[in-house]
Amino acid sequence: MVGVAFSPNLQANVFEALRMSVFFHATLVMVHVGEKTSEKEAVLTKIIAGFEGHPHDIRVFWRAGNPVEVLLNACNSEQADLLILGAIKREGLLKYYLGSVARKITRNAPCDVLLLIKPSVNRVACATGVVNGLAHPKTEETIARAFYVLSNLGAQKLTIVEEIPEDSVAIKVDDDRSLRKSTIAKERIKLRENSRVQLLLNNIPDKVKETLEVIVQPIFGRRGYSIGHFARVRRADLLIMNAPNKLTIWDRLFPHDLEYILSDLPTDVLIVR
Amino acid sequence: MGGSGLFSGLRNNVFAGFVVSLIALPLALGLAVASGFPMVAGIVTAVVGGVLVSIFGGSHVTITGPGYGLVVVLLSAVVVLGDGNMQTGYLYVLSAVIISGGLLLLFGYLRFGALSDFFPASAIQGMLSAIGVTLLMKQFYVMLGIMKPKGTILELLVNLPELFKSLALASSGELYAIGIGVISLCIMFFYSKITNRFFRLIPAPMWVVLLALCFDAYFTLFWGGNPINEKLLISLPNDMLTAIPKPDFSKWREPVFWGIVLSITLVSSVESLLSIKAVDKLDPEKRRSNINKDMRALGVATVVSGFLGGMNVGTVISRSSVNVNNQATNRSSNFFHAVFLLLFVIVFHNQLGKIPFTALAAILVYTGYKLTAPAIFVRMYQIGKEQLFVFLITLVSTLLTDLITGILIGTLTTFIVHVLLNKAFLLFSRNLLKPNVLMYKENETQNYYVGIIHFCTFLNLYKLKSKLDKIPQNERAVVDFSLCSFVDHTVQESLQNYEELFDRKGGALEIIGLDIHDTDSSHPFAVRTLRPIKKLRVFGGGRTKRQLQLDALAHEKGWVYKEATAAQKRVLRDHPVYQTTSVERVYNLIEGPNKQLSLFDINYSEGAFIAKENIQTTLLRVQLGREIPVFSFDRELLLEKLSHLAGIHDIDFPDYPEFSRDFYVQGNNPKKIRAFFDAKMVSFFSAYGFYHIMSNGRELIVRQFLRPATPAEAAAMIEFGIALKEKIDG
Repeated sequence: MVGVAFSPNLQANVFEALRMSVFFHATLVMVHVGEKTSEKEAVLTKIIAGFEGHPHDIRVFWRAGNPVEVLLNACNSEQADLLILGAIKREGLLKYYLGSVARKITRNAPCDVLLLIKPSVNRVACATGVVNGLAHPKTEETIARAFYVLSNLGAQKLTIVEEIPEDSVAIKVDDDRSLRKSTIAKERIKLRENSRVQLLLNNIPDKVKETLEVIVQPIFGRRGYSIGHFARVRRADLLIMNAPNKLTIWDRLFPHDLEYILSDLPTDVLIVR
Repeated sequence: MGGSGLFSGLRNNVFAGFVVSLIALPLALGLAVASGFPMVAGIVTAVVGGVLVSIFGGSHVTITGPGYGLVVVLLSAVVVLGDGNMQTGYLYVLSAVIISGGLLLLFGYLRFGALSDFFPASAIQGMLSAIGVTLLMKQFYVMLGIMKPKGTILELLVNLPELFKSLALASSGELYAIGIGVISLCIMFFYSKITNRFFRLIPAPMWVVLLALCFDAYFTLFWGGNPINEKLLISLPNDMLTAIPKPDFSKWREPVFWGIVLSITLVSSVESLLSIKAVDKLDPEKRRSNINKDMRALGVATVVSGFLGGMNVGTVISRSSVNVNNQATNRSSNFFHAVFLLLFVIVFHNQLGKIPFTALAAILVYTGYKLTAPAIFVRMYQIGKEQLFVFLITLVSTLLTDLITGILIGTLTTFIVHVLLNKAFLLFSRNLLKPNVLMYKENETQNYYVGIIHFCTFLNLYKLKSKLDKIPQNERAVVDFSLCSFVDHTVQESLQNYEELFDRKGGALEIIGLDIHDTDSSHPFAVRTLRPIKKLRVFGGGRTKRQLQLDALAHEKGWVYKEATAAQKRVLRDHPVYQTTSVERVYNLIEGPNKQLSLFDINYSEGAFIAKENIQTTLLRVQLGREIPVFSFDRELLLEKLSHLAGIHDIDFPDYPEFSRDFYVQGNNPKKIRAFFDAKMVSFFSAYGFYHIMSNGRELIVRQFLRPATPAEAAAMIEFGIALKEKIDG
């Protein structure tokens, strides 16, 4: 399912969505919030006709109303598996963030959400992915999804990032001795985390695993932030994250986890629910 | 902790403590007088500090006692709180000292050890220079016989001609004292110039004391009495060790009192922290001080010292460095310095009374001069005009108002300058509270990678430092600023510190990603921004440390180093993989003989494709003497874009199954490529599997990371290039 607005990015957005539907053999539902006019319809048909692949099935929805509600309702009624949204580029800077509408949808969507920072008319090869490996019940599914998505997209490399909160090491570094202690403690935690992720990996079929080079990278740092920064540094093409637990107003005032990423998208992001 | 138990290495530490106490004695007396405290207060401070901090402290070879910076604050506090009555003012200030000791203790527990990091380096420098100017002016008057100079610094400056005129009217008793003062000043200034071994056995301040004592002995023996005016000689009370003053807390309701408490605390902690950091760099055993523990010890010592009538206990740099120079190994030397000091005062009680104030003032004039020497102004100007501006604003506003106001104005000015330089308030306001530092241990290299985004200035330096502090300093760390728009002087100076610390412990801290930042000055510490300062004048500004190292690397090899080149922009044009890229900039080029080998940093963007951002990396280009097949060699298939081109696929090497399994070799002519990769080539390429190599038939492009290489990595790449060329050309 993709939300369609008649912006200069229209063609790129539609093409990305069509490509996804081809990769995953999925039905594509386009939702346009606004009046249906013959002009708009003609434009859309023309764009779809310009696409070279063979999408499975395409449906177009025309609904007027509040964009957030319309899209969320459509997700529910169509039982969508994936919602694709485009991000906004900040003037003159290489920074992308989600508009307020897209953010609201992301927080409340019932399905997976894919946020694209730079939709392109031409095929974009996705080479490397980064996925979180938090100690969280959803993580197992997220990693499995990452393998599924990345192998379908033909990527070569997947990095599993375990974000370990800084305060999990109780030792405060003051001098050489405490530094040595904390370094040892960190190594120990790293081993533990690695074996936990390895257990998760054991559940992934070997056939899928073979297609991807898997790297496990533990990072001691702020949750949600570190993985975004890491993805940016490593020039990852896709970042795959757990959806957070229910958010309250406090989470927006004191950003954490997902909010860091939403305010400053490092790359394309897939949020798994 | 080998060798750092309190009483090991005893002989060295006793000796070091003895030498330090020789300096500490005149300083303690002089600083106490200059602060408006009774003379004995300085001794109390040094003794209490030496004993308590050597027991509870967290640093290793520091010396504690009364600090220079405090003199200025304490004197004005005594005058303000006492309403002109020095004795009652003293009792009020004692209570402020005790409270400030409590605050220091609290700071230690709250782990505020990095208090001085929250202020811009130039503003701190300005504040210290303001203290220096005040010390210089006031003590200059004392040195010339005016015991209690009145008025602001400006008035004192304006009245200098009158001071010289008044010298003509001075009595002979005063003139002798003034003479001793002037000679003492000369000793202080020229001590470092004299290399005579015997002369240098005794530290300069002790020479000043000896001069005064010899003068006294000479006149007492041959002329029947010391000619110096009684009121210009210091006088130690006989009951000095028993009469303990009672601090007066009754001013606690007044805001002025708390302003003074804050000033004392700020100055004393900043001076101590700067000193502790400086001494860590001198420590022959390369230990890291526990700053917060030391703060707590200083706090406790200050409280005790305050109750006994002393001043704030701080860590002092000049006495500490003498301590290190005399082979002190641990805190016990601080303890012995206190013991000797106490002994001196008890044993030489009468002799000390023969020292004129003018001699002590000369020592402080020299210190004041050191804090505000012209060299500091020159250095500020070299770092950048805006740093000089901040420095001067802080200096002047501190002199005109008070310390706290001064440093706050300096901090605010720095921030405004940063906003104006970048023409972007939002860069700061939007990102200030967001985390901006990532640190992890790279799996491939075992290096610690530290990446910074948004901006990095004194405002958020503490975030970077808290990460850097967690890296063992015998490891390698790479600090990457390529995603960071603005880096200020405070950060660079602090990083310089870290570089030295890593270097001393056998590790390395290397900074990358700053070379394309714009700057307005040629100093390595200059502020650097990705936004244009005036016009985009990327090159020709100051070189970064990395650029200097690359230059040195080229020099070592007899190669040529160029910061920027225009012609090289087309360098990637003939390579299939890089054909879709647009090269923005090629810089930091190192070229070998006949331009056959070259290493350069490059910025390119790759359409809207693989990397959705600009890429900054370092490439090595090897031009070959013979034709070879077109291929790409890669362990991780990062150059997989080639596979989009027609007829190119992964090539199997049946003869070398391991090589075939571990590496991706791609090309459109499998036969020729298999012929090219004979046994020798296979073993050579396997050994350097971490490089990504592209051949277009006539030349090779080698890359390691998707980030600029550190100078060490660049050197390794060049070595590889030389070996590679030799291997292929035969």
